[in-house]
Amino acid sequence: MDKVVRMSSEKGVVIFSKSSCCLSYAVQVLFQDLGVHPTIHEIDKDVECREIEKALMRLGCSTPVPAIFVGGKLIGSTNEVMSLHLSGSLVPLVKPFQANLC
Amino acid sequence: MNTTSTHFVPQRRFETYEPLNQIGMWEESFKNNGGLYTPGSIIIPTNEKTDSLSEDTSHGAEGTPHKFDQEASTSRHPDKIQRRLAQNREAARKSRLRKKAYVQQLETSRLKLIHLEQELDRARQQGFYVGNGVESSALGFSDNMSSGIVAFEMEYGHWVEEQNRQICELRTVLHGHVSDIELRSLVENAMKHYFQLFRMKSTAAKIDVFYVMSGMWKTSAERFFLWIGGFRPSELLKVLLPHFDPLTDQQLLDVCNLKQSCQQAEDALSQGMEKLQHTLAESVAAGRLGEGSYTPQMTCAMERLEALVSFVNQVRKKA
Repeated sequence: MDKVVRMSSEKGVVIFSKSSCCLSYAVQVLFQDLGVHPTIHEIDKDVECREIEKALMRLGCSTPVPAIFVGGKLIGSTNEVMSLHLSGSLVPLVKPFQANLC
Repeated sequence: MNTTSTHFVPQRRFETYEPLNQIGMWEESFKNNGGLYTPGSIIIPTNEKTDSLSEDTSHGAEGTPHKFDQEASTSRHPDKIQRRLAQNREAARKSRLRKKAYVQQLETSRLKLIHLEQELDRARQQGFYVGNGVESSALGFSDNMSSGIVAFEMEYGHWVEEQNRQICELRTVLHGHVSDIELRSLVENAMKHYFQLFRMKSTAAKIDVFYVMSGMWKTSAERFFLWIGGFRPSELLKVLLPHFDPLTDQQLLDVCNLKQSCQQAEDALSQGMEKLQHTLAESVAAGRLGEGSYTPQMTCAMERLEALVSFVNQVRKKA
């Protein structure tokens, strides 16, 4: 879906979430802890919510939200992000997008 | 009829003329009421009957002292005998009425209980939680828990046994000399064992997520440290680290990194859980119980925790 492709290719870390989803919130908190300010799209506030969900699922997410893209590339859902982080691979991945903490 | 005779045994202690007379009265009344009080349908506990009898004897025995005096002189006071008999009849009649009322009460309570149990079963099938913990303790039923949870508890018991066996094996092996290959295979088995536990927890979470979240199968000490149905991985790391001497610098670095990322992941998940609680509380307050919506979230969180703990195990493996 064009919209999804466009939104996901935005620079930096992009998270598709829902305002009611608690795992999305957890992922957001994690990125904030790492000093990254992700772009968050709450798809339940979008009119085309259903289509976006379907598109995300088609892209390979087991659950539509949260869907995390880094630099235009789909990382996955909470599971994938956490696994990456625990293995130490998440930080280098998002390093270019880390805000400079003063 | 058997029940009536056994009840009168203690009455003989009173040694008044009354009970013997009353026996006749009772038996007569039972014979008369025939079908009503067949032994099968009488649910009255023994004590109650004895009590009601003793009540009656006290009623009828109000004039007992006087009766003793007149025992010898009954022939001289026929009207007194008549009065006594009448009192007996009256007392017996009252007793019968009381008994009838009590039995009716019991019958209605019994029907009510059956209805309630049926409702409860129906509600449980539809997936409503009727305060599982409260029920089990208050009513003393252990089969109120679903069969899936019971199965989990049994499986967990077996798992712990197997776990202990594996730990013993590892201990003895470490004291002796054993090839790296053997050691590796033992560790692999231990890891598989843990993954088995995670699968069990995951299945149980799908049946009753609250049960798993509150760690009901764990000891009270374990529950003190409970975090999303298990221990905090970072805490586990803290406990394990001192035992990992000696570690190479690289290993040390890896462990520290793991500790930090663990901590961060835990914080994120904890905040997510808080949000979940808030959302849930709000929906309950608004009168919507959207159970189906959050259960998948919980199981996701469970899986997350399991992945975290598995990383801990991998560190253990490195050591």
